[in-house]
Amino acid sequence: MITLGIDVGSLTAKAVLMDGDKIIEKHLISVGYNSKTAADKLLSELLDKAFIERKAIAKVVATGYGRNSIGFADKATTEIICHGKGIHFLLPEVRTIIDIGGQDSKVIVLDGNGTVANFVMNDKCAAGTGRFLDVMARAMETEINDFGPLALKGKNPSEISSVCTVFAESEIISLVAKGEKREDITSGIHFSIARRIVSMVKRVGLIPPLAMSGGVALNVGLIHALESILETPVSTTPLSQFSGALGAALLAQEL
Amino acid sequence: MAERLKATREMKKIMQRYYFEAKNARFIGKKVAWITSGGPVEPLIAMNIIPVYPENHGAMIGASKKGGKLSEFAEGLGYSQDVCSYAKNDITSSITKESPIKGGLPKPDMLICSNNICGTVLKWYEIQARKYNVPLFIYDTPFVHTEFTEEARDYVNEQTKEYVKFLEKVTGKKFNYRRMKKVGRLSIEAMRMWKRVLETAEHHPSPMTAFDAFFHLALIVTLRGKKVVVKYYKTLLKELQERSKENVGAVDEEKYRLLWDNLPIWYRMRWLSQKFASHQAALVADTYTQAWCGVIDYIDEEDFLGTMGEAYTRIHLNVGVDQMAETIKGFIQQYKADGIVMHSNMSCKPYSFGQYDIQHLIRETGIPVLMIEADMTDERKFSQSQIETRIDAFMEVIKQRKQHDYTGN
Repeated sequence: MITLGIDVGSLTAKAVLMDGDKIIEKHLISVGYNSKTAADKLLSELLDKAFIERKAIAKVVATGYGRNSIGFADKATTEIICHGKGIHFLLPEVRTIIDIGGQDSKVIVLDGNGTVANFVMNDKCAAGTGRFLDVMARAMETEINDFGPLALKGKNPSEISSVCTVFAESEIISLVAKGEKREDITSGIHFSIARRIVSMVKRVGLIPPLAMSGGVALNVGLIHALESILETPVSTTPLSQFSGALGAALLAQEL
Repeated sequence: MAERLKATREMKKIMQRYYFEAKNARFIGKKVAWITSGGPVEPLIAMNIIPVYPENHGAMIGASKKGGKLSEFAEGLGYSQDVCSYAKNDITSSITKESPIKGGLPKPDMLICSNNICGTVLKWYEIQARKYNVPLFIYDTPFVHTEFTEEARDYVNEQTKEYVKFLEKVTGKKFNYRRMKKVGRLSIEAMRMWKRVLETAEHHPSPMTAFDAFFHLALIVTLRGKKVVVKYYKTLLKELQERSKENVGAVDEEKYRLLWDNLPIWYRMRWLSQKFASHQAALVADTYTQAWCGVIDYIDEEDFLGTMGEAYTRIHLNVGVDQMAETIKGFIQQYKADGIVMHSNMSCKPYSFGQYDIQHLIRETGIPVLMIEADMTDERKFSQSQIETRIDAFMEVIKQRKQHDYTGN
């Protein structure tokens, strides 16, 4: 049976097509302001890419912030369950998952069967979310894809004390003015967000092995910062950005 | 969903009558005292003084979705964003007269403040005492970290005596000890009835939810010590018992049972109750409304005045987190809860401060806990889509867990 998992986040929309337990195609676009039209566009581009027709898809599960506005979905499920499912499929040993999204960060704990046992999400503040990294990369005039590698070059991470996204930006401006190195400031930024995530990990209680899912898992600087604070390895997968959509496609297989 | 409780109409009438009397106190020769929600109200009733609760008024302002606006006005006066929104609502309303009650609360002749619920009330009541130029009595309850000591008992009992003297001085009348006995008995009876009302939720499906409790709470808070409270809760109890007999649940096809911690989110009661009901989840109990019957055992019916000090000192918000966690563990057992929803309330520090510790202390029960950040009356602190995602995810986790329990995995 062919199923579709679709994950419409606040920044990007992802889709995964599955046939049984095989991934047949995946696709990603940026959302823009209308999550509904983004979902339609995502679907039609995906169908073209996979050379299949819409009617070949038996079931669709939607997740992410736009999950309830997708008309063609058979079911909407939150990201928590989908990331749990997706990561458990890709990395069956993993018990704790960190996911940093555009608006939300979460830490998910799985039981031995891959079922979500508990989770914790960031408070209302955006400081521990992907948005923080976006804003900071812009302040450092760095492409988001180069941001992590630049952080790895920093030998003496700068101290970023403010947890507020807006104030951290002005703190960075004064660090630049003081002449601190660009890579050290960038490294400091990554440690700052990692500390916020670590406090969430501690709140829910870390059970190793630990993995990171979502697009931010591609950021090597953040993985490094998390590993050095937690003193434990953080696994990732090349499909990390698609793990929510993958989980949704897997759930659709059960429908 | 089950139909609205029939008793509700009577309750609205009682509250209307109460506020009407309070607003016209001067014409019937009665004095008005403003008092904190956890304050010792019974001596006021015994002295024929009408108690008025700025906190109840604050909740009404919240329910009418004006909390953000009134808070903003107070912030313009210089009060911090972090100050309790009940305090800000009250301070604003006493200046602008904006209120769901026409013209706002009646002017106080005296203020009675007990810090058993928080420290904010001290400054809040001092501000209002200056504004209205009326006497203020502070009933200072020492925090019960682990135990209630003999020194603490002496300390609060001494204040009960001073309180009586204060009331004699303000009214110019001798304290009515005979009436006090009667009021004390009625107050205890009302608490017992309230307890029985809340305990009807032990039934599966529960005939009421915490949202009903939040609404019906107003009487035990404002009028305990009066006959009408006992009478009303008897009627309510009967209706709830009838529902249980017929297995009518407040939530259609109730499948999941949850506990609520902290004050309600007054401006989002309907949205929240519908949200949980859509997941077939009933909020069967809460720590907030239970606080008005949690201390019955400390009061001696034969000596209300001599024992109320201990009861008022040992209320839920004036004890350490270990004891709070024990109370919650008790409710989990009693009401067979599948999960806990904690409202981290920006306004109420004493209630919200220990929530992570409590979460940690009840971890052994294996019950999942959801934390939502909001404010009891300030709708500016509420983010709907974030809260919706959290509730949906939380309910999915609970559903999965229950499925696994049933299949024996």
